[in-house]
Amino acid sequence: MMMKTIAFRPRRWLASTALSALFMATAPAFAVTPADTLVEGFAIDDIITMDPGEAFELSTAEVDANIYDLLVRFDLADTSKVKGDLAESWAVSDDRLTYTFKLKPNLKFASGNPITAQDVAWSFERLIKLDKSPAFIIGQFGLTGDNVTEKAKAVGPDTFVFTVDKPYAPSFVLDCLASGVASVVDKKLVLEHVKPATPSDDYKYDNDFGNDWLKTHTAGSGPFQLREWRANEAVVMDRNDSYWGEKAKLTRVIYRHMKESSAQRLALEAGDIDVARNLDPNDLESVAKNGNIAITSAPKGTVYYIGLNQKNEKLARPEVRQAFKYLIDYDAIGSTLIKGTGEIHQTFLPKGVLGELDENPFKLDVAKAKALLENAGLKDGFSVTMDVRSTQPVTGIAESIQQTAGEAGIKIEIVPGDDKQTLTKYRARNHDIYIGQWGQDYFDPNSNAQTFASNPSNSDDSKNQTLAWRNAWDLPELTKETEAALLEKDSTKRAAMYRDLQKDVLDTSPFAFLYQQIEVAGLRSIVKGLKLGPSFDTNFVGNVSKE
Amino acid sequence: MADRGAGWAAAFFASVARFLVIAITTYLGLLVVTFFIGRVIPIDPVLAVLGDRAPASVVERTRREMGLDLPLIEQFYIYLKGTLAGDFGRSVLTTNPVMDDIRRFFPATVELATLGTLIGSVVGIPLGVLAAVKRGSAADQIVRVIGLIGYSVPIFWLGLLSLVLFYAKLQWAAFPGRVDIAYEYSFRPVTGFFLLDSAVQGQWDVFRDVVRHILLPASLLGYLSMAYISRMTRSFMLNELAQEYIVAARAKGASETRIIWGHALRNAAVPMVTVIALSYAGLLEGSVLTETVFSWPGIGLYITNSLQNADMNAVLGGTVVIGSVFIAINLFADLLYRLLDPRTKAQ
Repeated sequence: MMMKTIAFRPRRWLASTALSALFMATAPAFAVTPADTLVEGFAIDDIITMDPGEAFELSTAEVDANIYDLLVRFDLADTSKVKGDLAESWAVSDDRLTYTFKLKPNLKFASGNPITAQDVAWSFERLIKLDKSPAFIIGQFGLTGDNVTEKAKAVGPDTFVFTVDKPYAPSFVLDCLASGVASVVDKKLVLEHVKPATPSDDYKYDNDFGNDWLKTHTAGSGPFQLREWRANEAVVMDRNDSYWGEKAKLTRVIYRHMKESSAQRLALEAGDIDVARNLDPNDLESVAKNGNIAITSAPKGTVYYIGLNQKNEKLARPEVRQAFKYLIDYDAIGSTLIKGTGEIHQTFLPKGVLGELDENPFKLDVAKAKALLENAGLKDGFSVTMDVRSTQPVTGIAESIQQTAGEAGIKIEIVPGDDKQTLTKYRARNHDIYIGQWGQDYFDPNSNAQTFASNPSNSDDSKNQTLAWRNAWDLPELTKETEAALLEKDSTKRAAMYRDLQKDVLDTSPFAFLYQQIEVAGLRSIVKGLKLGPSFDTNFVGNVSKE
Repeated sequence: MADRGAGWAAAFFASVARFLVIAITTYLGLLVVTFFIGRVIPIDPVLAVLGDRAPASVVERTRREMGLDLPLIEQFYIYLKGTLAGDFGRSVLTTNPVMDDIRRFFPATVELATLGTLIGSVVGIPLGVLAAVKRGSAADQIVRVIGLIGYSVPIFWLGLLSLVLFYAKLQWAAFPGRVDIAYEYSFRPVTGFFLLDSAVQGQWDVFRDVVRHILLPASLLGYLSMAYISRMTRSFMLNELAQEYIVAARAKGASETRIIWGHALRNAAVPMVTVIALSYAGLLEGSVLTETVFSWPGIGLYITNSLQNADMNAVLGGTVVIGSVFIAINLFADLLYRLLDPRTKAQ
C-alpha cells in the first residue's frame, strides 16, 4: 500500500535524463575542415624531434621536407637523378673529391633572413658536431668535428664547397646530399636560441647549436613553416609567405595523430579529415567504394623481411636458410594481408632505386624445403621462436609463416611484443627469427646494401651494427663488394654491381624478403594535387589545394 | 560539550596524521614500484630517445648521457632526489619537463571526470531512490540491469560502440578530441578547463563546440559512475527506510515526498559523499581507456602514449600524480564524512 502513495515523479527524472540526450540531438550538423586548411589523419607517434640534424623518423622526414630546403633534391620525374633546390648549379672536380655548389640568387628563409653559403656551411657544421643519429649520412664522407669547417665551407656569399675523403661515385654523394639530413637551417635565427652546454668526453662543444630549440621549432626556407608540434596530437604547418619558389596553395596543413585505420576511415567518411594516411587493406577496400573518396598510392622504399639469427646453429645451416625462402606463401600474403598496401618483392633494393633487381624466384614449395632440411640433417624439423610486433599486417604474416613452416616440420613459436620490446631483443641479437621492416636511410642503393650485405665486424661489441650484424651473418666477401660499389663512378657499372650483390643475397643470406610497401592515401574528392612521392621525404603538400 | 568538541578535534587531527603517514608510505611505495617496473621491462629506454635507426655509437653515447650505465640503486637515488624537488625529468616524447606536461593534460582529465561524476550523481541518485522505494518492482529490476551493464561491460567497448553509433551513424557527437580543428589553434585556454575558459572569455561558439565534444565521453563515464552510485543509493535508502524514525514520521502524517527526499535521503547523503568521492577518484584514474578511445588529451592518454613509447619519466610522473590525487581525494572524503556525520563527532 505504501508504495502506491509514494509521490515519486518518474516523469520528472525521465525528463531530466532525456535533456542530455536532447542536447546531443540538437547539436549542429557536422563541421567540415576549414577551406584553406588540409587535415590529414596520420600516425605521427614516431616523431621525437623536428631538428633536421637529429630527426630520423619517417613522419618527421615528411614534415621537414615541406619546411626545409636542400642544396639538391630528387627529380621526381626520374628518381635516379637529382636536381637543384637551393643550388643553381654544381660541379664535381676531376678527382671526384671536391663538389662546388652555386646558390640561386635572392633566396630567403621564412624569417626573412637571406640564405647564403654561410648558412649552408653552418648547417653542415652543426650536423657533424651534434653527431646525432642521421649525421653519419654526411659523416661517412670523412667529416669529423675537427675538420668539418674545412671540408664544408663557404668560399663566397653564394658558393659552397664540399670536400670528400675518397673518390666516391658522384651519384652516391649527391643522393646523400638530397636527404633531409642535409637541410639548410637559418644560422642567424638559430644562433639566437642556442643554449650553453657543458663539454664532456662525449661532446666537446660549449653550446647545443640550437638543438633544444629546434626540437620544437623550425628555421627553414621551404613552402611551409612549423606553427606547432604537439607530440602524439598534431603537427601544424603554416604557409611560408616569403618562400622563394611557387607559394603553397593552402594556408595551413594539419597532421592529426590517428593511429587506427578504422578511426581514420570513420573520420574521412564523416569529413573531419581530408586525407587518411594509414588505411589497412580492409578499410581501403571499403573507402574505395565511397564515391566521395579517391585513393592514391606510391611504392615506398620500405621492405619487409624475416631475419634468421645465425647464432642459432640450426638456422645457420645454408640449407635451412634456403628452406625458409620456400616456406613462405608469398601469393597468399600478397593477395590478402598486404593487398593494396604492398607488393611481393624478394630483393633488398626497393623498386625505383638505382640497381634495383626485379626478381622473385621463390614460391611456396614445401617438398623442396623438406628435401633441403633433410640435406641439413634436420629431417624431422626443429623448434624456433619468432619475435613479432603486435600490429598488422606483421602478426598475420607471422601466423601464415608459422603455418607453412609447420608443414615442413619447423615448429615456430610466435613471441608477440610491443615494437620497442621486440626491437630491444633484436638489437641485442637475442632472437631466433625476427620479422622486420626497413626503410632506406637515404635514397641510394648503398643504404640498403650496407645494412643487408655488409658486416665489417661480427663481434658482439661491433661499432657497425648493420642488419647483417644483428643476424650475426659474417660475410667478408660481400662486405668488400659493397664498399667497392661506392667508388664506382660509372652509374651503369655501379648499378650492375648492386644487381650482383642482390643475387648473392637472394641465394645465401639469412634474410627472406617478403614485400615492398606501397603507401596509400584515401582522400576526399575535394582535395586536388596530392601526390605521394617515392620516399617519405618526397610527400609534398605545397601543391595541394581544395575545391 | 567542550570535552566532546576537544575530543572530536583530537580525533580529527589524529586521522589527518594517520593519513599523512599512509600517504607518504603509499607515495614512496608507488615511486619504488613504478621506477623498478620501468627498469625491469624488456624495453631499452634509449630506443625511446633515438628510435630504431640510430647507429651504435650514438646509442652508446646516449646511454651514458641518460645515466643508464650507473648502478640501478644510484639511478633510483637520483630519480628520488629529483621527484622530491617536484622534478620528474623530461618527457622524451614531448621534450617538455614532465611536470609541464601534466599541468597541461591534467585539467582535461579533471574536466571530463567532474562532468562524468555530475552526470552520474544527477542520474544515479534519483534512480537509486526509485529502485529503493519501488523495491522488487519492474522499475527496480530495470535500474539493476542498467547498473549491471555499467559494471560488466568493458568501457572501451562501450566507447567504441557509442562512437560508431553517435559519431559515425547518427552524427550527433563530434569528432574525438576536445575541440574542433577550426578552434584548436585559435582558442587560447587560460586554466586548461575549456568549458570554463571559453565561458569566461565569452567565446560561446567555442563553448558549444567543447560541449559537443565532451558530452559523449562524459556521458560514458557518467554511466559508469551512475551504475555505482545508483546501486549504493539504493542500498543506503533501503537501510534508512527501514529505520524507526521513518515509521514515526509517517505516523505523524508527513507526506511521502517529505519522508523520502527530506528524511531518508538526507540521512543517506552522508555515506553518499564517500561513494561519490570514490567514484570521482575512480574516474580520474580510470579514464585511461575512455581517453584513448576518444582521443581525449588528458593524463590517461598521456600515460598510455608514454607507455607505448617507453617514455618512462612521463609514465612515472603521471602515475605518481594520479596516485597522489587518489590518496588526497580519499582523505578529503574521509574528513568530509567526519564533518557531516554527527555520530562521528560524538565518538
